[in-house]
Amino acid sequence: MAEHATQMQVSDEIAITINKMNKWYGTFHVLRDIDLTVNRGERIVICGPSGSGKSTLIRCINALEEHQQGSIEVDGTLLSSDLKNIDKIRSEVGMCFQHFNLFPHLTILENCTLAPIWVRKTPKKEAEETAMHFLEKVKIPDQANKFPGQLSGGQQQRVAIARSLCMRPRIMLFDEPTSALDPEMIKEVLDTMIELAEEGMTMLCVTHEMGFARQVANRVIFMDAGQIVEQNEPEAFFNNPQSPRTQLFLSQILGH
Amino acid sequence: MPMSDTHAHSVAFVRTEEVPTAPPPSNAAGPAKWVKDNLFATPLNGLLTLVALYFIYAILSSALPWIMGGIWQAPSLAACREILDGASAACFAVLSERWNQLLFGFQYPDDQYWRPGLAFILLFVAAAPVLFFDLPRKLLAFTAIYPFIAYYLLWGGTVFVPILAFVGIVGGFLVYQRLVAGSFAAGFFGGIIAAFVIWTIGGWLIPDNASANAALPAVPSRYMGGFMLNMMLGVTCVSLSVPIGIALALGRQSSMPLIKWICVVFIEFIRGVPLITLLFVANVMLAYFFPPGSGVDLFLRVVIMITMFSAAYIAEVIRGGLAALPKGQYEAADSLGLDYPQAMRLIILPQALKISIPGIVNVAVGLFKDTTLVSVISMFDMVGMIRGPILASTEWNGVYWELFGFAALLFFIVCYGISQYSQWLERRLATDHR
Repeated sequence: MAEHATQMQVSDEIAITINKMNKWYGTFHVLRDIDLTVNRGERIVICGPSGSGKSTLIRCINALEEHQQGSIEVDGTLLSSDLKNIDKIRSEVGMCFQHFNLFPHLTILENCTLAPIWVRKTPKKEAEETAMHFLEKVKIPDQANKFPGQLSGGQQQRVAIARSLCMRPRIMLFDEPTSALDPEMIKEVLDTMIELAEEGMTMLCVTHEMGFARQVANRVIFMDAGQIVEQNEPEAFFNNPQSPRTQLFLSQILGH
Repeated sequence: MPMSDTHAHSVAFVRTEEVPTAPPPSNAAGPAKWVKDNLFATPLNGLLTLVALYFIYAILSSALPWIMGGIWQAPSLAACREILDGASAACFAVLSERWNQLLFGFQYPDDQYWRPGLAFILLFVAAAPVLFFDLPRKLLAFTAIYPFIAYYLLWGGTVFVPILAFVGIVGGFLVYQRLVAGSFAAGFFGGIIAAFVIWTIGGWLIPDNASANAALPAVPSRYMGGFMLNMMLGVTCVSLSVPIGIALALGRQSSMPLIKWICVVFIEFIRGVPLITLLFVANVMLAYFFPPGSGVDLFLRVVIMITMFSAAYIAEVIRGGLAALPKGQYEAADSLGLDYPQAMRLIILPQALKISIPGIVNVAVGLFKDTTLVSVISMFDMVGMIRGPILASTEWNGVYWELFGFAALLFFIVCYGISQYSQWLERRLATDHR
């Protein structure tokens, strides 16, 4: 399947530009001088030790976290404190969380139709059709009328992906989507993500699934202590890491 | 047994047939087991059961004859005692003689009792779609106009007053809808100003003698009394204090310092003051804050105070519910592009309120019982009626158990009903399927 990655098209159009971005939690400098350009259709895997700022980085892209210096431009919209810009970016950028964050008081179908109906003002019937389309795509249309609490972790994460897709986002962010799952369920979620990648979705994934990175990513970014330490194509990244920090990290996660 | 053979020779094991599921054995269920488990599990447990049974017997053996042998027809306590002729039994005659005063107060015109009665029945129709949300949503239209109908029924007088109040609120809401797209503050204050303008202009237009020949004769607030007054205060204050409490709880979480501090100061001040103090303020001092002659009557002043009091408590209960929600729910709502009002209304509040139900009901039940405190500012609610006009009368001086027992029974029925409803609601809203 590795040849899929080379077949997938990356356009010259720029999806995300991050320029000299800095962020502090109080006095703690979590992100330092982050420079990153993501082209449309690119699939980027971000890895690094815990506390390296990788989750914070992708959470800055849809303004779940505020950055203090530098600029982030998503789809030509500059991320500033202007709420209208933030809402515009959020409705174009889908996000999946480590703990799924489905809405437990709504059914699966309602989880998927909520944002299209209220944010996009899609008629209810049309929103439900779209939702069923994406639930079929993640292979759980028969669970549409259940509540999230009745589903397994893997199913919940696939619903979360479908919920994001219902907004027809141009960019998808994944924040450790398989970290809270049992080993049996990781594959079903990764398969869904691979399918999404093959369709040309622009994706930024924070994950420790190195098999996924090799198969799908066209760039792997290694972060440590709030900085981008190394980035390269997956083959080169895994086979010939340059920085000693990257080498140590890879030896630790691939060694067991 | 082929399987045990396999075991004997090696550790490898492959299951070839499934173990069938079976019902539990008979000694794991049944009434005999229940009695043994719950009443006589240990010697101490058995002893406590016997002691408890003795107490129940002792109470019932004296209370039941007292209740069953009660006298229902007598003009006074003295006459009642004559009939009893030394026997110990209840004198329920005070209830049959004075039921109207206990329920409606001693000044409400007795040919008009049907009006509060009808308002009480309609209350159930109005409350049903709010309490049981499986009912058709169109019924909420009646709920929306019920306060005006109830006002007209209870107070009577000119029909223009409730109509004007309704028009003012509708007008205010329309202005709010028009302006809210610009900013929430503009819509909110615009709506309030519009409503006041309509009320002021309307107030000039209604002639002073409009109530003179009204279809329903006007009954002033000071004529309201008895259990009716408790119900009026309880229903009004609960239904006002829940939305105000939600607003205060959200305001306390606001990132805007001014709003946040107004809410914090309000909540902390109100919670730090006894309700009885607030009621005295309502009775004596609040009149100074209203323009002279504006005639804001005591009932309204008491409603404002009790509502403020319980809203502060409900706000804290809801704040607990908001704090209990995982941060991920806020983030998921944000990441989908929902704006603040949408996220609150669709995601956060439904879950936070669900968590807060036991606390809100606790406050509501407490509030309803606290309405009896108005008796200390000489309003004749049910307790005020008993302590005042009834016990002070020559006929019924000395009848305590029957009267307070009846009051306790009525309050218990209402409070127990509220409690049962809240438990049903919690089961109905349970979606976690743990």
